[in-house]
Amino acid sequence: MTKKKAGFNFWERNRLSNGYLLRKRITKYGVAILRAILLFGLCFLILQPVLNKISVSFMEERDLYDPVVISIPKHFTIGNYKIASDPLIMDYSNSLVHSIVVSLTIAILQIAMCTLVGYGFARFQFPLKKVWFALVILVIIIPPQTISSSLYLHFNFFDIFGIIKATTGSPLNLRNSPIPYYLISAGCMGLKNGLYIYMVRQYFRNIPVDLEEAAYIDGCGTLKTFIRIMLPQAKPIITSCFLFAFVWQWTDGFYSKLFFQSISLVSTSLSRIVASLGVYIGRAQGTVQAQLTVARSNQILSTGTLMIVFPVIFLYLFAQRAFVESIASTGIKM
Amino acid sequence: MKKQKKLAGLQKRKAISGYIFILPFILGFLLFMLKPMIDSLIMSFQNVELKGSEENIRTFIGMENYRKAFRVDPDFTRLLTEELIRLVVYTLAIIVFSFFISLVLNQEFKGRSVVRAVFFLPVILSSGVILGLESNNQYMAAMQSSVENSVSGISVSAAVESILKTMDIGGAVFDKVFEVIDNIYDVAMASGMQIIIFLSGLQTISSSMYEAASIDGCTRWESLWKITFPMISSLFLVNWIYTVVDFCMRSDNQVITKIQNEMTSKLQYGPASAMSWIYFLFIIAFVGITSFFISKVVYYND
Repeated sequence: MTKKKAGFNFWERNRLSNGYLLRKRITKYGVAILRAILLFGLCFLILQPVLNKISVSFMEERDLYDPVVISIPKHFTIGNYKIASDPLIMDYSNSLVHSIVVSLTIAILQIAMCTLVGYGFARFQFPLKKVWFALVILVIIIPPQTISSSLYLHFNFFDIFGIIKATTGSPLNLRNSPIPYYLISAGCMGLKNGLYIYMVRQYFRNIPVDLEEAAYIDGCGTLKTFIRIMLPQAKPIITSCFLFAFVWQWTDGFYSKLFFQSISLVSTSLSRIVASLGVYIGRAQGTVQAQLTVARSNQILSTGTLMIVFPVIFLYLFAQRAFVESIASTGIKM
Repeated sequence: MKKQKKLAGLQKRKAISGYIFILPFILGFLLFMLKPMIDSLIMSFQNVELKGSEENIRTFIGMENYRKAFRVDPDFTRLLTEELIRLVVYTLAIIVFSFFISLVLNQEFKGRSVVRAVFFLPVILSSGVILGLESNNQYMAAMQSSVENSVSGISVSAAVESILKTMDIGGAVFDKVFEVIDNIYDVAMASGMQIIIFLSGLQTISSSMYEAASIDGCTRWESLWKITFPMISSLFLVNWIYTVVDFCMRSDNQVITKIQNEMTSKLQYGPASAMSWIYFLFIIAFVGITSFFISKVVYYND
């Protein structure tokens, strides 16, 4: 506590400073304690639902009715996980593989395109640049739900200027195939793609132009300069955008429901997990759909949620720095 | 005004390569944004009948869909006003909360990186389908409300609220404040990104500014308002827009749910488009007006 300094102890020094030292120290520790309480409380607030879900997922149903059991299960079981990963309910192993493949390809496609576009906006002067960039902002603002009704019909009766109808006789129904979503991603119109363009552009704008000019003088073309000189420098922002794209695609329900009906993804199977369990139990009982108790549906929902967020949390633990720091480094401004 | 001059040589080549770089965006925008938007705008003035795999029958009915949305539909106007009020209250709350938290997180203390990681966790955990999963489940919602009813007697905010009510202080504004305090969880879950953006701004302010101010006799409180606030005021605009947009796209947004329900289960494409356009115009107007006023007070250092 009291450090020896120049022969005086803390109280003597305090007396010499007319009580200033004591006051200062009290304020310092007071602030630290208040801050610790506040932050602990808020962190607990954020983490508590996750912890609660973990404990509920390991309980048997009767534990939930037991007033003595709060967070530590009395009858420990992993049955919930077994049920949730059943092919009829979440089909976990299959949908996990599907989700990984879909999220990876979509994220790579989106980020590749968004990096190109972001670089174009950051470094080149061309006519109507402001207009196009305003449209990027517009894309950020428009909720995809606004256009979903016409998107729905658009891909239900897909046609490019009547070419397909002229050749095959009827328009293509692409709604239940993932092709349109890959096209949308390639066109930078996927989930939150405007945001990635914006972030990448900000990042490139902060890199000095000297390197590129040197490359141009040495006879490097535009594309070659971009790939050889600028891309290696933009690694942090690309990594973080990629992680965001991956995670948001992983949990996305909107586009998944629209385009990935034919294969099971973790996000879509989670959103109907309670109903699936009802059907599953109902089939065992010989009825159409069994009514689940509140406790049961709570349990299966918690288990399902944990199973879908677990890979993401795992990713976050390793790439936490990439998620947080790179946003800080872009220096977002308006 | 800049003089319009003909681009030549290197400039022209650069302009062309610029367009090549943003070509994916242009194509994507025209095909997957502009076309559906125009389409849905047209559809909102039409009666759309689905005919299996055949072409749909569309008949022009003027403003009928809009009239229906406002005058006939029992829920839409109510949901729209509720959602817009919620939007205003929560965006304000989120901005204030995240600014406050980022000020705290910008201080030096042990375990800071862990706390930061925890506060950022909601960006990942409460996205997409996970958010609103529990409120979609009616049993869970029923249970939650019964729990809320049973604990509301013992919460601190309820006690303070009742004291203020008996003192006749309060009214609609206080009700909203208490509502936000009771739902601080939702606010904390929605402000992960905003905290990080504010933090990034706070770290760019050089400490010499604070030092100079404190030598001149400026207290911490004064330097918060005179230095910190103006220096990161542009980030308020960014965060404001981000929060509004994020709020509009949440899957537990009732207007969106209503529109989707109208479209997928009732197959009412015309009215659904009309509703989404009404909603969209309201949001755009809101974002436009508020960011105009915020940008008036934003201070740019450069």
